[in-house]
Amino acid sequence: MIKLKEIKNIFTMGLIKDNPVYRQILGICSALAVTNLMLNSLVMGIGLIFVASFSSLTVSIIRRYTPKHIRMMVQTLIISAYVIIVDIVLKAYFPTMSDALGPYVGLIITNCIIMGRCESFAQKNPPIASFFDGIASGLGYTFVLLSVAFFREFLGFGTLFGISVVGDWWVNWIFMIMPPGAFFMMAILIWVANSFSSVKEESTVTGGGH
Amino acid sequence: MPEINPIVILFASIFTSNMVLANFLGMCSFIAVSKEIKTSIGLGQAVTFVLTGTTIINYFIYHYILIPFGLEYLRFIVFIITIAAFVQLVEMIIERYLPSLYYSLGIFLPLITVNCAILGVSLFMVIRDYSFIQSLSFGLGSGLGWALAILAMSGIRKKLERAPIPKGLQGPGITLIITGLMALAFIGFSGIVRIQ
Repeated sequence: MIKLKEIKNIFTMGLIKDNPVYRQILGICSALAVTNLMLNSLVMGIGLIFVASFSSLTVSIIRRYTPKHIRMMVQTLIISAYVIIVDIVLKAYFPTMSDALGPYVGLIITNCIIMGRCESFAQKNPPIASFFDGIASGLGYTFVLLSVAFFREFLGFGTLFGISVVGDWWVNWIFMIMPPGAFFMMAILIWVANSFSSVKEESTVTGGGH
Repeated sequence: MPEINPIVILFASIFTSNMVLANFLGMCSFIAVSKEIKTSIGLGQAVTFVLTGTTIINYFIYHYILIPFGLEYLRFIVFIITIAAFVQLVEMIIERYLPSLYYSLGIFLPLITVNCAILGVSLFMVIRDYSFIQSLSFGLGSGLGWALAILAMSGIRKKLERAPIPKGLQGPGITLIITGLMALAFIGFSGIVRIQ
């Protein structure tokens, strides 16, 4: 059985050290598209955690029976099946959210994070570890979505989760809601994340000059 | 079905609702492959071709197979299989008959299956309820728009090679900022035509 320590290790890797968006620049298509509102980002994140964890689990369970050369196709089909579940649930219970997210729910299929985790982790590890790895990378992604959405919604609308947090004097930065705002915000956050991690690396690794 | 002139859709999908700059689709390969002008041209051509082809095929599959049988919810799986099969087929055909094209384009083709712009265009086509001619010009325009964006980006990145950039911003960071500036410039077109 898997130990608690291993699970903890998987989570720190997925959330901080190997954060899929900041460290590996994966899956940013949807990270940019849905982050104009925090609520959209949260729903998208939950959907992605669901798909990532269960498709990692499934890929890991059948990893011994999948022929090597068609494994990509098998993984894609497994991921699509879970994405269909997410799409149907959203349409049935949250129709307005389904309209707001539009095609980006379906695009979870081509989100490189899920495919990447299936290929690099679930293909070689037992089911339970893979399941937690899926959750961890999904959480890392959700964390990024929420941090981008926090700034975009706050500056663009003066609200957080649709609740107004600033007074009437606030002037909305329309720019933040438009596509260029997303690109700039993402770049700034990557910059911050990179400078933090490089400071850490330098202090731990003998502080050698560059 | 919306009554929009296909020509308008063609130009709108190149300029005002560009796949990369307005809809954020195909960002992964856009950032990873835009270092060399030559490779950008190759990938841009391949994407344009595959986008046009798969949009047409997916249009027929959706309207003549999925809707009559009430299987619309299966569209994600069906579309992604179509795209993967189409890419595989194209790869085999050009390897057999046009070897010179295969050597310049070949390595990009497998990359395209996971390019979200391809699936995104098919999904947008369904959501916006386009007719056949409209879908055709939407697919072609989106492909051309994507190729235009990646070509412009690789040109700019070439010039940036010797520029002093803060360490944390190098690579993806500066690429995103340039993309943002390009998106700003493309927003300038948005008064001309609009399809959303």
